Amino acid sequence: MVLPNASEDLSTEMEVDAFRRLFPLRYYECHLVESIRPDGRALARARDTTIALGAVASASGSALVKIGSTTMLAAIKMEVMTPTMESPDEGCIAIDFHMPPICSPIVRPGRPAEVAPVVSKQLSDTISSSGMVDLKELSLVSGKAAWMAFLDIYCLDADGAVFDAALLSATAALSHLQIPAVSMNDDGKIVLMSEEDGERLAQEPVNKEKRKLALRSIPFSLTCILYKNYILADPTAEEESIMETQVTIVLDSSSQLISFYKPGGSVLAYTPAIQDCVALTRQRVKELQSILDEANSAMEVE
Amino acid sequence: MEVDRPDGRSPSQLRPLSCSRGILNRAHGSASWTQGETKVLAAVYGPKAGTRKNENPEKACIEVIWKPKTGQIGKLERESEMVLKKSLESICIRSMYPNTTTSVIIQVVHDDGALLPCAINAACAALVDAGIPLKHLAVAICCSVADSGDVLLDPNKLEEEKMKAFAYLVFPNACVSVLPGGSLQVGKEPMEHGIITSVTHGAMSVDDYLHCLERGRAASAKMSEFLRRSLQPQLSADPSKAG
Repeated sequence: MVLPNASEDLSTEMEVDAFRRLFPLRYYECHLVESIRPDGRALARARDTTIALGAVASASGSALVKIGSTTMLAAIKMEVMTPTMESPDEGCIAIDFHMPPICSPIVRPGRPAEVAPVVSKQLSDTISSSGMVDLKELSLVSGKAAWMAFLDIYCLDADGAVFDAALLSATAALSHLQIPAVSMNDDGKIVLMSEEDGERLAQEPVNKEKRKLALRSIPFSLTCILYKNYILADPTAEEESIMETQVTIVLDSSSQLISFYKPGGSVLAYTPAIQDCVALTRQRVKELQSILDEANSAMEVE
Repeated sequence: MEVDRPDGRSPSQLRPLSCSRGILNRAHGSASWTQGETKVLAAVYGPKAGTRKNENPEKACIEVIWKPKTGQIGKLERESEMVLKKSLESICIRSMYPNTTTSVIIQVVHDDGALLPCAINAACAALVDAGIPLKHLAVAICCSVADSGDVLLDPNKLEEEKMKAFAYLVFPNACVSVLPGGSLQVGKEPMEHGIITSVTHGAMSVDDYLHCLERGRAASAKMSEFLRRSLQPQLSADPSKAG
């Protein structure tokens, strides 16, 4: 993009904040040539990430995830349903992603955010493509009863890389999920087992004790911005609005490519850039895996 | 190693393509694009004055309305709308008509696999028909990866369901331009090797994906040739729509 030469001269005279608002792209370019971003990060560096498991006490599994200031709250509610005829021994996961007006000035009350259904679709595609949850594990009685897991993700603060944070919170909530103990009563109905009457009644326990899902390869994602020859990992909302071309890559723990998502954008992605982004994602997967493992082992100690 | 395809095509053979333009009387531009049994109709209205909320008024804005064959519009269609909108915005010269909105309406006539690429091709032909200024054309293609790692191009619905993964890829077409050839190169690769859009489903290895890219690029060259051919005769015969 050609920028007015005037901005070059002004950069020495104007206040930094004014310059940032008037010539945002030029402001970023001044930083990028020095291989640094305005918030002090290196180009390839993601923001600090934290996972807090069990943030919602009433849910069977939940997680609060922060990537920088992007905040996601995910919670899972389990309900018993009758499985479909096509797959009688499989449960199901229903994923919904919400962007309430609290998360960003762009979202107005009464009007749902345009990106919310898109992210929601991407999340369910990613989780089903990765095969991370074996749906057979959610079965209770073949053909009669199975678990339906309602996974709801709320975006509390949308400061860029919304999909990354949403996916991380979804996987963290699934890893925290405790499937409740249930039994079948005489009418063939599934009832929750309370702890004391477990074996006294002549009930057939279907799911004897609380258990966790055995998660197979867990998917992790990284969003990068492509701008000229620069690759900026884990962008903030400001960076996303100024430099429009985004690439989101999802890799699982065994380095399979689950998704390579680039919806348009003025910068074209060539093979070297694609490989660089994949390499960055590989690093990030390791980082996120260890953060998630740490959060899980901290839960076990408690 | 060859993979047998139910319709007897070779792995890199596309289904028969057809494209016709100017089929709707009231639309400013329209086109239908057929790939085998998959058929999509696209209409373009605009540029109309004003942009929608949250859009940059300094640039032209594109709005995409996706009409499924039957039933209500769901999450899948919303995602297609978003991908289509962003892809089309990246090929339009948006600084030319600032503060205007161009509506692109996509009507699915029949879905037999590779629906999104088909819609992108139809939309692109309709934009040309409407005389919207474009930087270059876009060519979309679907590549699917079999369990054996073989890449099959342009799968139909049955094949799409059987494959372990597939990728929708959109490439720019090769520019025929008066500019010196060097300016169309980015680094060592020609411009048409860059990806505008990529959407994938299912798990594959990174090498599989790069393999898809290579095969997609080769096939997109043929498709962009076809697109250019089907756009040219009408351009010279119909001066009323030029400009």
